Amino acid sequence: MNNLSNSLTEPQTQNLNHTGLSQGDVSDFFALLKPRVMFLVVFTALVGMVISHPDVNPVLAFVSLLMIAVGGGASGCLNMWWDADIDAVMTRTRKRPIPAGKIQPGEALAFGLTLTAGSVLILGLASNWLAAGLLAFTIFFYVVIYSMWLKRSTPQNIVIGGAAGALPPVVAQAAVTGHVAWDSIILFAIIFMWTPPHFWALALVKSSDYERAGVPMMPNVAGEDSTRFQILVYTVLLAPLGMVPVLMGFGGLAYAIISLVGGLGMLALAVQVYRLRQGEPAMRVAQQLFGFSILYLFLLFATLLAEHGLGFFHPVMG
Amino acid sequence: MANQNSSYRLTPEEQQRRRRRSIALGLTLGVLCILLFAITIAKLGPQILNRPL
Repeated sequence: MNNLSNSLTEPQTQNLNHTGLSQGDVSDFFALLKPRVMFLVVFTALVGMVISHPDVNPVLAFVSLLMIAVGGGASGCLNMWWDADIDAVMTRTRKRPIPAGKIQPGEALAFGLTLTAGSVLILGLASNWLAAGLLAFTIFFYVVIYSMWLKRSTPQNIVIGGAAGALPPVVAQAAVTGHVAWDSIILFAIIFMWTPPHFWALALVKSSDYERAGVPMMPNVAGEDSTRFQILVYTVLLAPLGMVPVLMGFGGLAYAIISLVGGLGMLALAVQVYRLRQGEPAMRVAQQLFGFSILYLFLLFATLLAEHGLGFFHPVMG
Repeated sequence: MANQNSSYRLTPEEQQRRRRRSIALGLTLGVLCILLFAITIAKLGPQILNRPL
């Protein structure tokens, strides 16, 4: 935890008043939960639930979804606690509550741990202990394996760490069915394979930021050309993987069209990122890939949600 | 530190923030109670009344 190791016992006095009372507002605590990541967690988890067509009490399904969201928020909070020293030197993150001095590291740690315990416990009570265990593992993986270990030690950080972000559909399916089936594992694989091109496209644009913070992102360690090649490789794997739900029968006609067009779009942009290596056009296309990757994943999951949740499913296979 | 605590007056902004935090905490605890009650009813349903006394 580098610079923060002492800050739990020796609070940064410039951020405290004389009472030691918290200076954070409610919005600052909410920001610790990384609301945008929480939305992605809720969204992908909801799809994991809906494709399972569970026979479950809607109240319990709602509480399960809520607890998966809170667990995702707890991960974000603990990540911000651990990475406050990095966040303070990166332009993208320096206004987060801890580096901005609005919330003390110890407060964030207590908040994150409380939410972790609460979300796992209530998910276990509302659904089952397999789902609760998977949620606990997801938080552990994101905070300990990714944030504490991989992020500062290897350029493969977001590849392996991406597993944590990919687990919500699996947790959700376990919550409403009591088991894990292939369809949620396929959703896990899609998010897992989507993560490297998504984050490395951002890293190409923000490489100086990551370098200043000492985070070994792929462009800083292996070079931009190698990163562009690896983005292309992962995208070549991602595009067909995105169509596997069709082959497995839980992706319908609309999903087949969206995943085909979206996959081709991802491929076209990844090829552009690989080809354009200098100056403003290179930055622009990397930014486009980053933006389009968000749209691509959103459309894949939104289509599954519409097909299974709203009855738009028209089978392609069989 | 104890002397400093007793002599320090919160600014109006700090008081506002503390008040908002207290309200949020109270609401969260209230929601937690409702959730636990709802889980109990959803899990047990009418069976909760059908037990040996």
